[in-house]
Amino acid sequence: MKDIGELLSFVKPYWKKSLLALILLTLVVISDLAIPRLVQRVIDQGILKGDMQVVIHTFLLMLAISVTNMIFAIGNNNLSVQVGESVARDLREALFLKIQSFSYGNLDRLQTGQLLVRLSSDTTVFQRLVQISLRIGTRAPLLMIGSLIFMFNTDRNLALAMMPLLFLTLVIIVFYVSRTSPLYMTVQKKLDKLNTLLQENIAGVRLVRAFVRRDYESQRFEVQNEEFTERNIKVMQFMATMSPVLNAMVNIGIVAIIWGGGWQAIQGGVTTGQLAAFINYLQTTLSPLMIMGNLANVYAAASASAQRIQEILTTQPEIQDLPDAQPVPELIHPKIEFERVAFHYNSNYETPVLRDVNLEIRGGQKIGILGSTGAGKTTLLNLIPRFYDVTQGELKLNGADVRQLKQDSILEQIAIVPQETVLFSGSVRDNIRYGRPQASEDEVIAAAKAAQAHEFILNLPQGYDTHIEERGVNLSGGQKQRIAIARALLMRPAILLLDDCTSAVDLETESKIQAELETWMRDKMVLFVGQRISSVMNADQIIVMDQGRISAIGKHQQLLKTSPIYQEIYASQMGNGVKEGV
Amino acid sequence: MSLQSDRDRQSFDQSARLVPRQGGRPVRIEKARKPLQALYRLIIYLLPHRWSLVLVILFVVLSTIAGLGGPYLMGVAVDRYIASKNLAGLAQISVAMLVIFLMGNASDAASSWIMARVSQAALKRLRKELFEHIQVLPMSFFDTHPVGELMSRLTNDIEAINQAVSQNVVSLLSSVLLMAGILITMFIINLWLALASVVVVPLMLWFAEWIARYTRKGFRQLQKQLGSLNSVMEESISGQRVIKAFRRNQSVIEAFRQSNQEVYKAAVFANSYALLLMPITNQLGNLFVIAIAGLGGWLAIQGLTTVGDIITFITYARNFVNPLRQLSNIYNAIQAALAGAERVFEIIDTPPEIPDAPNAYAMPSLEGDVRFDQVYFGYNAEKPVIKNMSLEAKAGQTIALVGPTGAGKTTVANLITRFYEINKGRITIDGKDIRQIKKDDLRRQIGLVLQDNFLFSATVMENIRYGRLDATDEEVMEAARLAEADHFIRQLPQGYQTVLSERASNLSQGQRQLLAIARAILADPGILILDEATSNVDTRTEIRLQSALLRLMEGRTSFVIAHRLSTIRDADQVLVIRDGEIVERGTHTELLQQQGFYYQLYMSQFRGEPI
Repeated sequence: MKDIGELLSFVKPYWKKSLLALILLTLVVISDLAIPRLVQRVIDQGILKGDMQVVIHTFLLMLAISVTNMIFAIGNNNLSVQVGESVARDLREALFLKIQSFSYGNLDRLQTGQLLVRLSSDTTVFQRLVQISLRIGTRAPLLMIGSLIFMFNTDRNLALAMMPLLFLTLVIIVFYVSRTSPLYMTVQKKLDKLNTLLQENIAGVRLVRAFVRRDYESQRFEVQNEEFTERNIKVMQFMATMSPVLNAMVNIGIVAIIWGGGWQAIQGGVTTGQLAAFINYLQTTLSPLMIMGNLANVYAAASASAQRIQEILTTQPEIQDLPDAQPVPELIHPKIEFERVAFHYNSNYETPVLRDVNLEIRGGQKIGILGSTGAGKTTLLNLIPRFYDVTQGELKLNGADVRQLKQDSILEQIAIVPQETVLFSGSVRDNIRYGRPQASEDEVIAAAKAAQAHEFILNLPQGYDTHIEERGVNLSGGQKQRIAIARALLMRPAILLLDDCTSAVDLETESKIQAELETWMRDKMVLFVGQRISSVMNADQIIVMDQGRISAIGKHQQLLKTSPIYQEIYASQMGNGVKEGV
Repeated sequence: MSLQSDRDRQSFDQSARLVPRQGGRPVRIEKARKPLQALYRLIIYLLPHRWSLVLVILFVVLSTIAGLGGPYLMGVAVDRYIASKNLAGLAQISVAMLVIFLMGNASDAASSWIMARVSQAALKRLRKELFEHIQVLPMSFFDTHPVGELMSRLTNDIEAINQAVSQNVVSLLSSVLLMAGILITMFIINLWLALASVVVVPLMLWFAEWIARYTRKGFRQLQKQLGSLNSVMEESISGQRVIKAFRRNQSVIEAFRQSNQEVYKAAVFANSYALLLMPITNQLGNLFVIAIAGLGGWLAIQGLTTVGDIITFITYARNFVNPLRQLSNIYNAIQAALAGAERVFEIIDTPPEIPDAPNAYAMPSLEGDVRFDQVYFGYNAEKPVIKNMSLEAKAGQTIALVGPTGAGKTTVANLITRFYEINKGRITIDGKDIRQIKKDDLRRQIGLVLQDNFLFSATVMENIRYGRLDATDEEVMEAARLAEADHFIRQLPQGYQTVLSERASNLSQGQRQLLAIARAILADPGILILDEATSNVDTRTEIRLQSALLRLMEGRTSFVIAHRLSTIRDADQVLVIRDGEIVERGTHTELLQQQGFYYQLYMSQFRGEPI
């Protein structure tokens, strides 16, 4: 409820159109209501009195009303659609902008799939509410009130007699509507179970086949299928009674009018035309009730969607520049200091991801980081461009706490190659130029050459113009990684962060890339995370991480002698066979 | 008689239900290629319920008769009894009207009631057949149909069929019947009034068709624009970390804005037309009434008709407009259902795996001698993936398959389990051609541990028991102990009863691997295939996995696929595979001495390593 209210601010810019739509709708309803009254005039004043003039006049009047009415209705329709779609568009944009402002911490807690649902379905649901409200929502109460007035106007006693019927109908509608959503929810739950089973069966098909679980799976499916079907039948059968029951109420009303009204007509109390009008009005009074009942469903769905939308819109990006944040000066001699840094992803997590990290790195150094999964290597890298803020301690860039700096100015001078390569649909060239769209062709080629990507790019069907399909499906893992490296190199960063980004590149190429880095990043700083000893072996310093701590720092030979963890990793990769074989 | 705003209600019903089921996307507009064939095959699913269907039709006819009779009696009441002040007659005819009306409503309820059961029973059977067929589809089917795509297709298509069968069939029938009935009755009651009414009908049909044409065009365009907006959103959200790192937010937002605006334009166009149907038919309905009142008035004064007839006609007119409005909706829904049915049947018609030969051997247990004799295989005939492969694994041996990515190592494993059928040559187990062995027996004897092992959303206990369904709790725990998984399982919140979430995100890679090993131990297969079983874990975790794996491999013929040479050292045979062929074979030390391809692979892994 509250959330829908909050989201109504998105309708505000279109209040003129909305108001106009509602005015047109009101006009439509009023003339809709006038028609039965005019038909009554045709009967009572025209036919029964034999007055042809009245018949013709009224007919022409009705025709005129009907035509203007149609214009109003079309106007209302188009305005409602415009407002609804505008609101949907603005909501999508607001959500998208919000998501773009999120930092890594926010993103960790949300899944891409969820976000996409919010952007597409939830906005559509809300749009539908706006559009329906403008198109039908007000029509229902107006029609009902109008019909009631006309009914009382036509014959007070008959109208009063109809009141218990109206009330009963209302009760019945409330009864059905209040049960609809919960009932559908139970069906949906069963359906979800059925779908999960199907999905897992398909996703795990190799396993199902290998263990010959065909019959077992079919049995499980049959049980769920049966449960879902039975539940669904029950709910459908319940819902199937709604419209006949309500129609029965209308019919009872009509018979009552014919009988009671007819009785009065015989006594001379009402005219035949009034009877006809009354029947018409009764129908127009009851149908809005049903519409409103259904509107309640749309409203309930929209309320859930609005809540999910609001959840995103009210989330604050975790990392924002301070009002007095300073830009980083050009990092000619970059220096990074970690001072007693600790980090956890959320505060109630028992074991911190990083703890007590003290480190000083200067320009000109190539630093390798090694450790098992979950040791905190990636996290260490992610703290430097302030993708996350330290939980405790301080991280300084050339002497200034990164939290005091403008993040964009940091990112200008840092390039990162993430563990999971992300490329965008577009040409290979555009992907390499991603960080510096204005870079020249020569610069692009130089970066590609350094990343050992130039040759294979030339061998692609259209060379640098080759279109990269969604997520780079037309490239091998190693090729994607090299394009991502070229993309980072092109930025000519002062600090380069490589997160295990050569795992799919063969060792020979990897060592060529490392050699290129020496010249490309001379005097600059390179930090790279590796899984393989061979990729970090030649670093100026190797940081060995273990359970969030720095366990040892040193050169390869030194660590082989002093660090048990380094020795263990070394042994696991080289094994005894190496010593025998080489 | 039905309520005036049935169309309002229907559009509501659909939108309310669209929300949870289809994510609120606009109706898809599509057509089946061979609609009649799809329809015919759908009808087969309804045939077992033919007597129920006859009953449904009966009730629909009853309800139509009531829908026609009620208003007719109304006219009679006005003309004959009210005009002649016959109170007793009025009472009688009122009772008759009430009975007829209520009978009509009851028939409506009855037909929907029965139809709910019929349609759901038919759909249940369709789902069951579909699922069972999926269980026997050849593995190659799943290579070309990704899970996500398959799932959304199945759920959407079945839902489309459901909508059509459970609602639209009955409404189509009753709409057509009612409209025909009204037209006929109108002509019987008064020729002139009927003729006047009939003029309005083509006008309405023409409008409906005109609107439908633009609606279809609009929705097609909207779908296209939504597609591109979705890919913009998906790409920028999944790539957001990189976008942020390279400060490209502004250009991404610009691209989004453009696409978003295009969607807006397309949506306004499509929906303006789609939603126009209601106000226009509403007003045409009014026009209908007006025409009857005007002409009827003139005729009545001429003495050619009566007031009662006019009242009857007006009611008919209102009732006539409702089904007309629904027809275009029903038409679209049925089209969508047929297109969906066609796709579902396409799956059901996909030929299953080759069934067992009639004289196939049962193989309750095996020694484990595996031989390949000049085996050729390709996913399509022109491009062989495995060429002239011969190998022999003696019972209990460990065979390592080594080679670059894409060389065909996994394919070799898939051929042993008969996930794919070889094109040429022979694969034998204990001397029997595997094509002569019952497939189920064969697969039961082969254990698989893969790189990314699938765990079901069920308890840990159930996941391990998947290896052998009749295993007792103790046996499951024993298997877990042997796999060195018992320890961490007991530390989970509910121990063995912990429910694993989808794709088991609450376990680490190494732990998932241990569960898979436990599962394989419980299954106790004679032949074991380890396909990159340790490549997703870091090297230190791997060492811990190694001892569990060794225990699993004990006494079984094992095929080990690995890219880490360290896991291969102890194999009885190392087969080096390159481009689908075995280029070198021997033990680790022999191969090193040969200084061939294996030596190169090996040296590139540890090149320049000073020891």
